[in-house]
Amino acid sequence: MTMKTNKAPSRLERFRDSFVWYSFKRDRTAQLCLAVFLCLVMAAFAAPLLAPTDPYDLRQIDIMASELPPFWIDGADEQYSLGTDAQGRDLWSIILYGTRVSLLIGFGAVILQALLGVTFGLMAGYLGGRVDAFLMRLADIQLSFSTLMVAIVVGAVVKATLGGAFYSQYAVLMLVLIIGLAEWPQYARTVRASVLAEKGKEYVDAARVMGLRSKRIMFRHVLPNTLSPIFVISTVQIANAIISEAALSFLGLGMPETHPSLGSLIKAGFDYIQSGSWWITLIPGAVLVVLVLSINLLGDWLRDVMNPRLYKG
Amino acid sequence: MALLEVSQLDVRFALRQGEVKAIRDVSFTLERGERLGIVGESGAGKSVAAFSLLNLISKPGFIAGGSVRFEGQTLNTMSERGLRKIRGNRISMIFQDPMMTLNPVLSIGEQMVECLKAHRRISSRDARAIALDKLRQVQIPSPEKRLDQYPHELSGGMRQRIIIAIALLLDPDIIIADEPTTALDVTIQAEIMALLLDLCEQHNVGLILITHDLGVVSQVTQRMLVMYAGRVIEQGPTREIINDPQHPYTQGLINALPQMATPGEKLNQIRGSMPSLSNLPSGCAFHPRCDFIRRTDGQVRPACIEQVPGFVQAGNCQAACHMVAELQEDRRLKEESQ
Repeated sequence: MTMKTNKAPSRLERFRDSFVWYSFKRDRTAQLCLAVFLCLVMAAFAAPLLAPTDPYDLRQIDIMASELPPFWIDGADEQYSLGTDAQGRDLWSIILYGTRVSLLIGFGAVILQALLGVTFGLMAGYLGGRVDAFLMRLADIQLSFSTLMVAIVVGAVVKATLGGAFYSQYAVLMLVLIIGLAEWPQYARTVRASVLAEKGKEYVDAARVMGLRSKRIMFRHVLPNTLSPIFVISTVQIANAIISEAALSFLGLGMPETHPSLGSLIKAGFDYIQSGSWWITLIPGAVLVVLVLSINLLGDWLRDVMNPRLYKG
Repeated sequence: MALLEVSQLDVRFALRQGEVKAIRDVSFTLERGERLGIVGESGAGKSVAAFSLLNLISKPGFIAGGSVRFEGQTLNTMSERGLRKIRGNRISMIFQDPMMTLNPVLSIGEQMVECLKAHRRISSRDARAIALDKLRQVQIPSPEKRLDQYPHELSGGMRQRIIIAIALLLDPDIIIADEPTTALDVTIQAEIMALLLDLCEQHNVGLILITHDLGVVSQVTQRMLVMYAGRVIEQGPTREIINDPQHPYTQGLINALPQMATPGEKLNQIRGSMPSLSNLPSGCAFHPRCDFIRRTDGQVRPACIEQVPGFVQAGNCQAACHMVAELQEDRRLKEESQ
């Protein structure tokens, strides 16, 4: 034991003493996954600096240079390290930009889900009664539509009323809204269950006896005690949101090809897979798999840390 | 006018099996700076009584009748907004288990500052100063350090001190202490009780002490209520009740104290157990367990089974028993014959 000082430890010191950090230091998988994930995130957000060309700039695209293979295959142009797609865009550049779009949608959708789900879940759990019944039935109804179905309907309505150009322009926002709205019940249910467990504890009574407002008790006293399941499902949900986005884009309901995400890249390349240009679809596919896998493995690790009682085989 | 006046309070729980009357016809008063004890077995309605004072009974419970008046304001019909100004501010409460009462994810300082800020327009710095001052009053070692600690870093005794500090934070008029020492170590119990008593006397705070420990009640309180199955069955000055209990139940409770038994013999007990509130016996709820229900000729007294007893004055005390006068007479005869 180090010397005990009278000063309370700072947040950083608390973190260094915590079980989370201890377990992280001992878990190779978690370290590797975090490293891969951070690399991908940084590469995606530094895309304008890292990418040799700007794939959104039509002047930089040479249609004659389309379907060039990556560098390790004969016939490659050294200007394009990972080759080019069917429109002659540099694949490396467009993957960087595409990952950025995917991550943006993934995180944006999860933030929206969390905001809605946590608020509704807290209200349902804490207030109970009719509020609970109403919100949970709403969640049931929401869950009975699949994300894809909601996306198809909303996408179709928006395209029909406001036009395809409008949809393409606000595609990122639309996808965040669609995936966010479709998946909030996951959060609401998890939060509600934890809130019900917390509500019976005496500190909640004590807070009421202190004369605090319900809103304050909900957000400041009960919510922080339900954070660990929220963290755990957040990782899973980010991975899910990225996959949903990729699936929607693959079906042509997501990002337009002029502004592709990983999903729309896979879709664009899929048409050429039979003609031998497999890299257009497989390389973005591999990036997507690595991204989602690293997030999921991090989520697994987090779940084990946050819930030590869980059986670990 | 008394500081707190509870009259004919009636609390029920609407359960699927039907209404359960958790508290019936409970009346008492508390003067400024007075200390009142409420004693009874588990399930007698002590804690429900405490919660109903602040109108904190949660569903499916509700206050079905009677009133709680604090400084002339009726708390049980007051708006939630008005109640919030009284809770924690004028009337605060101490719970049984100090391990559960503090929020595990907030530091002691945050919890104290929050409570102050909920009731006063005050800067965080001033609130911290007040919090520190209260921690000193409850005699916690190195109070500055405690403000930044979390509940899990403290021992049970220290947590209960902190809870007392929080209860005193806004200089309330009344503290309701619901079994404040049951979850603590025996050696610490006495310390905490002494501290609570001391602080209440110093600040002239009224105390409602809910407990099943007759020893503590006799040391701390001036008046006491004995509750049985949701009703008050005896009330009056603590000293008089402890020295000369009128109700057979109170007599049984006092006889059951280990001090009252002869060494080497079995401890005295009241036979049977408290009836379920959803299935109370007719008449006097205590009659199935009462040793005096049969007259000398072996006949069961009909009044005990048929009528709910009202209060009978005996000295400064009141006891809800049909046989108070007879029992007094019996005891007098016994003493004379000895």
